Amino acid sequence: MTPRKYLVLASIMVLGACGDVSLSRGMKSVGSVSLHQWTHLFAAIANPWVLCGIVLLVGFMATYLTALSWADLTFVLPATSFGYILLAGLSKVFLHENVTPKRWLGIMLITVGVGFVATGPSLTPDHVPESKSKTTVAGGGR
Amino acid sequence: MMLHTWIAIVVLALESTVGDILITRAMKQIGDLHELRRRAGVFHVISRVLTSGTLLLGIVFMALAFFSLLLALSWADVSLVGPASASLTFVSNAVAARIFLHERVDHRRWAATAFVAAGVVLLAS
Repeated sequence: MTPRKYLVLASIMVLGACGDVSLSRGMKSVGSVSLHQWTHLFAAIANPWVLCGIVLLVGFMATYLTALSWADLTFVLPATSFGYILLAGLSKVFLHENVTPKRWLGIMLITVGVGFVATGPSLTPDHVPESKSKTTVAGGGR
Repeated sequence: MMLHTWIAIVVLALESTVGDILITRAMKQIGDLHELRRRAGVFHVISRVLTSGTLLLGIVFMALAFFSLLLALSWADVSLVGPASASLTFVSNAVAARIFLHERVDHRRWAATAFVAAGVVLLAS
């Protein structure tokens, strides 16, 4: 794992969480949309928060694809699950929600889960060219 | 808790898993994007990504999962549908990645998947 790859993983979490918060804030001001009037969803795009959320989530998708080009899916998903904690923190700031003891326990479990993969390889050895596997697998590079 | 809500949650998790597996497979076929950009430039990277049939099919499944989420949300609370589908997707992704992508899901990754899935349920409850 190079610093650049850590930066990509961090970007996935930040862009994903900020995108979700932005979309959520926008949709709250748009109001509820029923399934019978699904075309109203297109009008929601005019909301600046929704538009900002879409831009952030496009960035999220680009960084997610980049990470999947050099790491396993079963590495990327847990490794970026800090994003859920970031999302809880941002919701607290923007929506003034309380962080209950149950949620702190959830945050601790996710942190332990991230710790499990963070110490392991990011790519299955079979996916690495034979000659390079011994030296690069521990670092997670391809 | 109605049966059709659970069916929607399971269908949602399956669609999202199929989407993730297809997208991962496409990105592994395309190869390391940093390397590719260094060799052929950023426009080549964009055209390779956008013309991948597997990737586009994966995005179609992601879109289906999104519409299933909207449907499930019209039947049940977000506090149930969100964490239930997210943690189910974590587990089904680990199983599918092992079967279809031949990823080596070792003890560490199983433990990480279980802890994160449980944590998401608690966080969103």
